[in-house]
Amino acid sequence: MDLNYSAEELAFRDEVRGWLRSNLPAELRQKVESYQELSKEDLLRWHRILADKGWVAPDWPKEWGGTDWTVTQRYIFEEECGFAATPPLVAFSLRMCAPVLLRFGTEAQKQRFLPRIYKGEDFWCQGYSEPGSGSDLASLKTKAVRQGDHYVVTGQKIWTTLAHHADWIFCLVRTDASKEKRQDGISFLLIDMKSPGITVRPIILMDGGHETNEVFFDDVKVPAENLVHEEGKGWTVAKYLLGYERMGTGRIGASKRELVRLKELAAHHTKNGRPILDDPRFRDRLTRVEVELMALEITNLRFLDQMRRSGKPPGADVSMLKIKGTEIQQAITELMMQAAGPLAQAYRPLDAMDFDHFTARLAPRYCNMRKATIYAGSNEIQRNIIAKATLGL
Amino acid sequence: MNFELSDEQQLLADSLRKYLANDYSFDARTKIVASTVGYSEKTWAAFAEMGLLGLPFAEEHGGFGGSAVDVMLVMEALGESLVVEPYWTNVGVAGRLIARGGSEAQGERILPALIQGKQRLAFAHTETGSRYDLRHVGARAKRAGGGWTLEGEKRAVLHAASAETLIVSARTSGADTDTGGISLFLVDRRAPGVTLKEYRTIDELRAADIWLNDVSVSADALLGGEGQALGLIEEVADYATALLCAEAVGAIRYANDTTLEYLKTRRQFGVPIGTFQALQHRMVEMVISYEQARSMACLACVKADTAGAAERRRVISAAKIKVADACRHVSQESVQMHGGMGMTEELKVSHTFRRLTMIAQTFGDAEHHLERFAAADAAPGA
Repeated sequence: MDLNYSAEELAFRDEVRGWLRSNLPAELRQKVESYQELSKEDLLRWHRILADKGWVAPDWPKEWGGTDWTVTQRYIFEEECGFAATPPLVAFSLRMCAPVLLRFGTEAQKQRFLPRIYKGEDFWCQGYSEPGSGSDLASLKTKAVRQGDHYVVTGQKIWTTLAHHADWIFCLVRTDASKEKRQDGISFLLIDMKSPGITVRPIILMDGGHETNEVFFDDVKVPAENLVHEEGKGWTVAKYLLGYERMGTGRIGASKRELVRLKELAAHHTKNGRPILDDPRFRDRLTRVEVELMALEITNLRFLDQMRRSGKPPGADVSMLKIKGTEIQQAITELMMQAAGPLAQAYRPLDAMDFDHFTARLAPRYCNMRKATIYAGSNEIQRNIIAKATLGL
Repeated sequence: MNFELSDEQQLLADSLRKYLANDYSFDARTKIVASTVGYSEKTWAAFAEMGLLGLPFAEEHGGFGGSAVDVMLVMEALGESLVVEPYWTNVGVAGRLIARGGSEAQGERILPALIQGKQRLAFAHTETGSRYDLRHVGARAKRAGGGWTLEGEKRAVLHAASAETLIVSARTSGADTDTGGISLFLVDRRAPGVTLKEYRTIDELRAADIWLNDVSVSADALLGGEGQALGLIEEVADYATALLCAEAVGAIRYANDTTLEYLKTRRQFGVPIGTFQALQHRMVEMVISYEQARSMACLACVKADTAGAAERRRVISAAKIKVADACRHVSQESVQMHGGMGMTEELKVSHTFRRLTMIAQTFGDAEHHLERFAAADAAPGA
């Protein structure tokens, strides 16, 4: 057992760190650090910088642009990106749509979509949840009826993150409502967002931000060649994808950076004339979060090490990373708001007055991050998964 | 970076587990606990035979020069089986004090005997009112003739009665909580003036309160520099705490395994109780506690004998915070989910509960280490 990085791994870390220092645009870094909303152009700008370097899709196979890094190298890269405050990559494209196409897509589908995803030419979103199908995803009702060489899609998706930016959406749709097992009549379709009959309506979250949407499908024609895997086998695809979705939710590098920021903040704001960082009640809460994060980093590395040795894809264990990772993210936002005290009430300036932008993002950020334990399979669903798949309950 | 165990490590852990499965069943343990001395000489001899007692000590003394990670695997196995023999006290604490702080002659005299299972030690440090503050030493040592005279009281000294030699902390100068002025002495447990009152601990170990009245020791009883012992004590307490975290991980694993088994077999309302989501989610939280505690125990053991003092303090305290929280969480939930049966003497899980409760506070509870972690963070160079 050796928890230190090897000389090669350290050299790789230094290379990544140095490259990020000179290639991450300062205005993007500042936006991420101060929790400002990122525009589509911000996201794609960073995507293209990484694509030019050849680092935008490390986990893809080499022939499609992957880097052939070891599990540890990939972890170091993510960790350094999180710590450097890079914008997030568009996970729906790179980490969700692409692995599905690589695993289940036809050669034509791969040729058509993967290069465009790599270059940032197509922006994808995910059409899973529906108004009546949240945690119970298999109850989805959006219907796709085969008519000749195309499907006609009717229904509604909800919580569709970044649909207002998206060129394409991958959707779970019901192609057969007669099956006894609900999972059996579901198919996986790729739909062009410019298709006639699609309407996107924003959902404004409680922090005032626009991330997520409702997407309405009104007799939308989708070419049959956009079906991934076989008709009726969409649930197999969805399950495959969920493991990948959860892998990225630990966000350990980003939490480490935010913890440093939290300590700075708590050293700055005072209570009884002393930094609130030195207040034992505050400090104990902060330390417990820090310790959970230290532990989660090792837990994550242990799981990666198991994956490396067994050669198997992520199992149900990664649900633990989602549960703990999101709990930590939320706790940090809560402590940041607490550190700023009454100053954290600030939200938005009404005119061009001088405004402490960071303090004004703390309460909205706290509000916004309540989403983390709900999205990507709520933490209760993650516990169900572990109970069933790992514990056999 | 890798978490792989070497073949030797795996072999040792496997052979120890096999020994414990055959010779240290819960029934066998119950008999040992009920015996007069409260430990088994046969088990101790077997540990010596397997090389466990010499694992971390230098080869020149008959040891194997093993790392804290090597000992971690042993501690996990001992934790699973709730072994009551004084392994941790001898290998993790007292033996470590000798190995790190003793003179060449002291090492020669004691370590080979310890490794062969012929001599046992205990660490007499805690006093009334000292709580977890390692600086707090009120016992005094005065020069007398060519040697020293010791005076004072020690409390809750684990495995004192089974030890031939006590390592006693006493002040050679300064006030009760000064950092300087603490010295360590090797004291024959049967020396005139040493009085022991032995008792059982709640987790079925043995401990004793000790009175030292005008106890004379020779000059070569001084372990390490006069008045300089605090650094050594802190370093060894950190090392021993890392090992204790590993023992907790083993005990937590047992508590989780047996609780999961119970959820699958205990039927109420016509179904196994493990079909109830209220219990499933709590079981999942116990597993997460285990994984997080295990990660911190690994980190603590890796750093215990490789890191500098500042990093070591920080990591060991972080580990103890997580492990103490996990001890409390898993021990309480495992009893709760066993229902009335979890309360009984008959079930091993109630014994695991008691051991985890005591580990959580040995060498500092979570609150103590929260304070120490914050102080380590604030210290220059941290």
